[in-house]
Amino acid sequence: MTELSLHEAVSPPRSPWRDALTRLLRNHAAVGSSIILVLIALACVLGPSFSGYEIDAIDWDNIQTSPDNRHLFGTDGNGRDLLVRVLIGGRISLALGIAATLVSVIIGVIWGALAGYLGGALDSLMMRVVDVLYALPFMFFVILLIVFFGRNPILMFVALGAVSWLDMARIVRGQTLSLKHRDFVRAAQAMGAPTGHVVRRHVIPNLLGPVVVFATLTVPQVILFESFLSFLGLGVQEPMTSWGVLISEGAESMESSPWMLVFPAAFLATTLFCLNFIGDGLRDALDPRDH
Amino acid sequence: MFGYAVRRLAGAVPTIFVVITISFFMIRLAPGGPFDQERKVPPEVEANLAAAYHLDEPLIEQYGRYLANILQGDFGPSFRYRDFQVSELLRDGFPVSMQLGLAAMILAVTLGFLAGSLAALKRNTPGDVAVMGLAMTGIAVPNFVVAPLMTLILGVWLSLLPVGGWGGLNHAVLPVIALALPQIAAIARLTRGSMLEVLRADFIRTARAKGLSEGAMVTGHALKAAALPVLSYLGPATAGIITGSVVIEQIFGIPGIGRYFVQGALNRDYTLVMGVVIFYAGLIITLNLIVDLLYPLFDPRVRND
Repeated sequence: MTELSLHEAVSPPRSPWRDALTRLLRNHAAVGSSIILVLIALACVLGPSFSGYEIDAIDWDNIQTSPDNRHLFGTDGNGRDLLVRVLIGGRISLALGIAATLVSVIIGVIWGALAGYLGGALDSLMMRVVDVLYALPFMFFVILLIVFFGRNPILMFVALGAVSWLDMARIVRGQTLSLKHRDFVRAAQAMGAPTGHVVRRHVIPNLLGPVVVFATLTVPQVILFESFLSFLGLGVQEPMTSWGVLISEGAESMESSPWMLVFPAAFLATTLFCLNFIGDGLRDALDPRDH
Repeated sequence: MFGYAVRRLAGAVPTIFVVITISFFMIRLAPGGPFDQERKVPPEVEANLAAAYHLDEPLIEQYGRYLANILQGDFGPSFRYRDFQVSELLRDGFPVSMQLGLAAMILAVTLGFLAGSLAALKRNTPGDVAVMGLAMTGIAVPNFVVAPLMTLILGVWLSLLPVGGWGGLNHAVLPVIALALPQIAAIARLTRGSMLEVLRADFIRTARAKGLSEGAMVTGHALKAAALPVLSYLGPATAGIITGSVVIEQIFGIPGIGRYFVQGALNRDYTLVMGVVIFYAGLIITLNLIVDLLYPLFDPRVRND
């Protein structure tokens, strides 16, 4: 007993974030996924400059050839190097995923925090809007938007972000509501802490966890969504490419050249896997109640 | 119960109204008209065309007409499939899409619930790990990747199943599995979580304490309670299956609504695309309503009054 309290007395104070980090580092799936994801991202960003091929350069002697020494992933039906196309497609997919997630975080956090903090009639109205939007087949609206206004990357990521903020708003609102009535917030208020201090010191740090977790899980959703649109021929357009476009092209010619499907599909699936594992790991690390 | 149904129905009406309104004004805002052609049409012909489709009336009148027509199930003529009404195309495609979707839904709920319950009951065994690993795969690998891969392996290399088209039962195997896969995964994860929670609940402890066998405890008490979150997930699952069917019908060349939607979108067939959106929005809202109305039958704590 005395030994234990002595040990506690000398150990440095530990913040909840440090605890969470320790828990996260113990999660092998999450750590492994982070490493793989960083490698994929680095390859996408840096790889194309080292490969010696351009995204739209045609190798007339190697049209739709299987992987070999010259073209590690083979070439497509136009004789373009598939490795470069997969890496550059990855840039687009990852960038869109992150950008659209940022849009959804900004809208969702502001909407949810306002509704939760202000409460009352405004809260019911704002959440009613979320409910109505929730009931709509949103995917179809994104497609409508793209059909009517053309395929413009900025419109696409705004549309994708606008679609995915609903869950974020709900989560943030719920969290804000419960935080408002928690004892530590009340105690801070009772001790005379100004509102700004309470929000900064007590509300935001407690919102951050769920927001980070949910944002991590939104990125794969958006990437999936973008690939879905591109697969249907409604997304990124030639000569630019994305994983969805490459998978779509690969699926068309998979009987004669399966590598055209396998490589982009493997990159997309690995990325989605990693992001999901990281999201799950973060949730377990930041929300230790289940342990 | 009846009052609740009426109130929920009254709540669903504005939602459908919003869908129709957004769709209508989006079509008007879109650059380019339905009769834009490369060859310049004489102004008289243009005026006649506009008059025939009521495009010369004030916008608000057109909106009223559009609403009134839709209430009668008339979505207007398709711009691209000449001589076809959008409602005819929907009527032709819907039975096919419904068979596909329903089969996928039944498969997803049965298999997902079974796998999730077993994983929870055998927590932390290799079986549990395998089920959850597979579920993660189902969530991470999109069905437009799974579908071509399955076609390549089972259809092309092994020649076990047809790679496309619609007709006999064997045509349905690959598309139904591909469509159900993400939902099987989601339902399995959901069921496992809720089952683990139920197994810790007081009434299960009571059931065990009074000497029920493990099997009787599970079938008599745990399964029903664990099924509740799955029941409320049916709405989102339906939306997911409908969205998925768009891509699955395209891949397998199935003549359902989803394929019309993609073709319509690529051909800028505005009326067809909007008809599909409004139809599906109405369907999803109705199904959500049915799930909510049925919920109290399974969970007596929730009362609709």
